[in-house]
Amino acid sequence: MSLLTIAFTLLFYAATLILVAGLAYRIRLYARTPTPLRIPTTPAPTTTPGVVRRMFFEVTLFNSLFKSNKWIWLFGWIFHAALLFVLLRHLRYFTDPVWSWVELVQPLGKYAAFAMVAGLAGLWARRFLVDRVRYISSLSDHLMLALLIAIGLTGLGMQYVAATDIVAVKAFFLGLMYFDWQPMPADTMLNLHLLLVALLMIVFPFSKLLHAPGVFFSPTRNQADNPREKRHLPTQGASAAQATAQAAESR
Amino acid sequence: MADFETPTLKPYPVIPAIEIGSMAHSQPFVAKEDHQQKLGFPGELVDDWENVAVKKLGELVDKSRALRVFLDSCVKCGACTDKCHYYLGTSDPKNMPVARQDLLRSVYRRYYTLAGKYFPSLVGARDMDKSVLDEWYSYFHQCSQCRRCSVYCPYGIDTAEVSMAAREIMDTVGVGQKYCNEIIGKAQTIGNNLGLPEPALADTLEGLEEDIEEETGVVVRMPLDEEGADILLVTPSADFFAEPHVDGLIGYAKVFHQAGLSWTLSSYASEAANFGMFIGSYDNMQKLALRIREAALELGVKRIVFGECGHAWRVAYNFLNTLAGPFDFLDPDYPVPQHICEVTYDLLQRGALKMDPSANDDMVVTFHDSCNIARGSRMGDFEGGQLVIPRAVIKASCNHFVDMPADAIGEGTFCCGGGGGLLTDDLVELRVKGALPRMEALHEVTEHHGVTHLAAICAICKSQFSKILPYYGFEMDQVVSIHQLVSNAIQLDGQQAQ
Repeated sequence: MSLLTIAFTLLFYAATLILVAGLAYRIRLYARTPTPLRIPTTPAPTTTPGVVRRMFFEVTLFNSLFKSNKWIWLFGWIFHAALLFVLLRHLRYFTDPVWSWVELVQPLGKYAAFAMVAGLAGLWARRFLVDRVRYISSLSDHLMLALLIAIGLTGLGMQYVAATDIVAVKAFFLGLMYFDWQPMPADTMLNLHLLLVALLMIVFPFSKLLHAPGVFFSPTRNQADNPREKRHLPTQGASAAQATAQAAESR
Repeated sequence: MADFETPTLKPYPVIPAIEIGSMAHSQPFVAKEDHQQKLGFPGELVDDWENVAVKKLGELVDKSRALRVFLDSCVKCGACTDKCHYYLGTSDPKNMPVARQDLLRSVYRRYYTLAGKYFPSLVGARDMDKSVLDEWYSYFHQCSQCRRCSVYCPYGIDTAEVSMAAREIMDTVGVGQKYCNEIIGKAQTIGNNLGLPEPALADTLEGLEEDIEEETGVVVRMPLDEEGADILLVTPSADFFAEPHVDGLIGYAKVFHQAGLSWTLSSYASEAANFGMFIGSYDNMQKLALRIREAALELGVKRIVFGECGHAWRVAYNFLNTLAGPFDFLDPDYPVPQHICEVTYDLLQRGALKMDPSANDDMVVTFHDSCNIARGSRMGDFEGGQLVIPRAVIKASCNHFVDMPADAIGEGTFCCGGGGGLLTDDLVELRVKGALPRMEALHEVTEHHGVTHLAAICAICKSQFSKILPYYGFEMDQVVSIHQLVSNAIQLDGQQAQ
């Protein structure tokens, strides 16, 4: 086995572990942190089905962002929607035979990559052109966009400029999944693309990308507006042990 | 008037270019030792305060899912940057909600995240030091906790939660704000923010009863500490004291009288406002809330009704049940608590009140949605009732009503500029500048629809507008209470023709 293959094999196992364990840890932490008070941003739904509806439109259409700023919404929504198609398209490298619906979205995913890079470019441009956004941008905000754009461009590069051996790539990833390791093709564009993807997976649980799980735990969005009908307990959301400790403290 | 320039009203709202540091000098007076100690906080900056502050921050994050999720989730998209009235009025970029949060987030990152521990400059993480504390003191007292940013944030990040946490940390290390902490002390010992003792209260109410009788010829009572009354009215103490608040109180009394409802005020719980929320102190907020429970038990009432107030109603509606409940000793047929507008609205719906809206024909009225009512509470039994019910009460009381532009009312309403514990003369520059977006909206309807009066539903809004309207060329008495309009229009049985 080549050094390259060994390096990428280890890298993707490590990146996957960090991504999954890191996110699981963070989500668990969010779930176990108490919500001392009711703080939905009103007007808010008064029932749980209403909250589910609010959250659904928030995460699929970015409702609040749409109310706020049409440019950020446009770039942000295009990027996220395109990313979804791009990710779905990539399922073909992890399934054999390829699921039929993945085959169906496959052509869309190809063009979605352009939309994804365009959306990211729009968001990055705002960080230079709008004085308020320039002021709040730190180095990591720029680097995150650079990373995503680089992933998009290297992906597009393989699609339209220097085709890579996708059969071998697929064999490599299926090999990872079934612990039957296969060689990683030595192709600069491909290796760069995968290196950046692994980097993204590693920084995910330690960065602002936590907004992805975070939005589901945001009390201003996920609480129902019914405090008079249903008494909210200050320990709500806390783990049982924490709740007992807090109750003992307050007595 | 003062050593700053009042912003000029533009014909349409403009997002200003940033002016770094333009409000860095704005700081409220620091709480004195005894104000601090009364609330259980140290009297002055404690030894090793940097570590105490960092440790407190960690505790707060562990205790609040909101804080933890908000500190982690911001992607710096910029959606909130033009939403804060203090930014729009001052151009100081640290008054952009995200930048205000970052004052605290930078410290959180430094001590509680991997990235901040090892790559501080990459993610903008900062050590907790005196310059950071000074910035906190300045800019976390330039947030009125109005939640406008939380409406527009794609993750619902509410800067109010962040500024409450920052204020609690500052209190914990001994640097509290005089205005809030002095007032909380008064409310916890005397029973109200103004420090009015029972005899003064009784005297005031007696005087008001005489005024009403003189004006209408009808005896309308203002009961205090009356055991066995059905309703306990808890209202901001400004209602006992200042115009136009007191006209609102007269309005509530007339509504109760005409509907034949038995009610009382309590001298023990003579304050609806709960400044414990402003400083983010659960314990102090709970102490104040428990006074209301105790008064309700003592007087043996069946219902609790709140007068016109903004943050008070948020605490009452959202938190009272948690802080001081359960209220199973009250009449289960009524929500606990109720807002006076809900009471009046229900009576109007049932046709139980006779109104003559022409009594307010000298006014063209518009309505200022109070931030914490619009975005932090509800009225009635349907989503958005807090926006509908006050308007319905106003429209039943006057013939000429016009709303301000849509982006300045409803869930997008602008704060009056004085909420969140900032209603103090040492912050008058901030208050004047922060009122700019509301003044522009008011100017618009004044020019195009001949609006003469601004109805408000919150004691802070009313006090703030009385103070700052003249800076913008309006008259201070252009602000009115909703129940002042009700008071003018309601027809009492046996009332003399005017």
